[in-house]
Amino acid sequence: MLIYFFKRLLHGIPVLFVVSTITFVIMRVVPGGPFDQEKKLPPEILVNIQAKYHLDQPVTTQYLLYLKQLVQGDMGPSYKYIGRDVADIILDTFPVSITLGVLAMLVVMGVGIPMGVWSAYRQNSVIDRICMFYATLGISIPSFVLGTVLVWLMSHKLQWLPPALWEGPRHMILPAIALGAPFSGYIARLTRSAVLEVLSSDYIRTARAKGLTESVILFKHTLKNSIFPIISVLGPLTAGLVTGSFVIEFIFSIPGMGSFFITAVTNRDYPLIMGVTLIYAVLIVLANILVDIIYMWLDPRVRV
Amino acid sequence: MSFFSKLSFGFLGVVFFSAIFAPWITPYSYETQDTLNTLATPTFSHLMGTDRLGRDLFSRLIYGARVSLFIGILTTLLALVIGTIYGSISGYIGGRIDGFMMRVVDVIFALPDMLMIILVTVMMGRGVAGMFIALTLVSWVTVARLVRGEVLRIKETTYVEAARALGASSPRILMQEILPNILGLVVVTLTFRIPVAILAESTLSFIGLGVAPPFSSWGTMANEGWKSIKFYPHLILFPSLAIFFTILSFNFLGDRLRDGLDPRNKTRFG
Repeated sequence: MLIYFFKRLLHGIPVLFVVSTITFVIMRVVPGGPFDQEKKLPPEILVNIQAKYHLDQPVTTQYLLYLKQLVQGDMGPSYKYIGRDVADIILDTFPVSITLGVLAMLVVMGVGIPMGVWSAYRQNSVIDRICMFYATLGISIPSFVLGTVLVWLMSHKLQWLPPALWEGPRHMILPAIALGAPFSGYIARLTRSAVLEVLSSDYIRTARAKGLTESVILFKHTLKNSIFPIISVLGPLTAGLVTGSFVIEFIFSIPGMGSFFITAVTNRDYPLIMGVTLIYAVLIVLANILVDIIYMWLDPRVRV
Repeated sequence: MSFFSKLSFGFLGVVFFSAIFAPWITPYSYETQDTLNTLATPTFSHLMGTDRLGRDLFSRLIYGARVSLFIGILTTLLALVIGTIYGSISGYIGGRIDGFMMRVVDVIFALPDMLMIILVTVMMGRGVAGMFIALTLVSWVTVARLVRGEVLRIKETTYVEAARALGASSPRILMQEILPNILGLVVVTLTFRIPVAILAESTLSFIGLGVAPPFSSWGTMANEGWKSIKFYPHLILFPSLAIFFTILSFNFLGDRLRDGLDPRNKTRFG
């Protein structure tokens, strides 16, 4: 198992390499640079700045320099936040983003799974229809629409929860819901079809015939076997939450990596863009590895 | 067709119609400023009110439909064409070439797509063109994967074997035997990918990195409305509703279409 884990980690490295290369190339092929401002800098100063950040060298040299730094764990200085290292900024913002992500994941699972199970047990009933309607709504509502509705209703109209910033548990409720709820519809759907399939299988009939109570059948047999499709989408789900967090952090002015990425892109803060992109890529690669390992751990059939 | 399907179909019809004939149905041009009535709430002369500059929201919404739909549909079509060609060739040839072609897809698939879309769009200069390239770039791989899987399956069927035994050339088999059989999948994918593209476009425009003036999409309008949500919620309400109902309708129709095209599916609900 440990060997498998390390093997997968090694497979992740080429992906990260490609991500960094593509990002680097995209950043450099387009005209314009981080120090083009409306008020032009005097040419002597510009030359000095560019020399300091190695921007005067050929792109390939720049890239090799960057990789060399990166291997040593140095992500370089930020161009825009003078005096701050990219690693510094990421260390500050990463915990915020990850907290938001984990909370949203709790919303996704906490709402999605029970809803899916419930509607599968009451297939074709009113409850089933309501749940599936919620699921379709969830898939269709953009998180920024949900976020703005929540802010308007809960913060401006009812004044129950703060509309922005990140200063305590009360500030986390709305962003977590806005980020998680749209995905919970998808999970509800997935759970429903998985549970339906398991419920119609022979071993459930056997369990019923043995006279087991419904709760034992639900928790010991049904849920255990219908959890796999949910685990298999955890990877894409993580990617989705990462994507969604940009918007949510924008709406709620949360000082996370997403907000910094957006400003970094508009400012052409190359090292910061690279740093954040790489961290996100690592996150997604790790999530995928984790999913496979959970899979193996839960299902003896795929164990190597 | 169920009631909701008809409703979705009708709604999309209205959106398409008004997007195409925008200049003839809008009461105002999208940039005309009614300076006496800035930030007005909905009235008879301005059905959805006006924005900060006194521009008629209803007219802007219809013009915004043009940009949103144009980007959504065209990128999806392009991604579909590229993905189908790529995927079917890869699946049909098989072997090493398939392995290599799919490795390329895997790598693009592993890229965090929103990050890439943002990067490409901003670097290309925040226009419709940049958005177009960025969205196509990340979305064709999904189609390529789907199509390849389907081609792998169909390639082994007896009727393809029969065609080969009769001496049909590879291009002929691809065009005459395989392509017609993946058409259903392609159409369903189309209805599911369009809302994804519209969502991505509006999200990007909402955070201020997407379509830039003079063009304005629903996302851009929502972004403008967001700034004054506390006192003028109608500014963000209408574009948000338009985005939401459009995506909902596409998803709904996609669901029905998939159920209808899947012969195994006998239960129909809704």
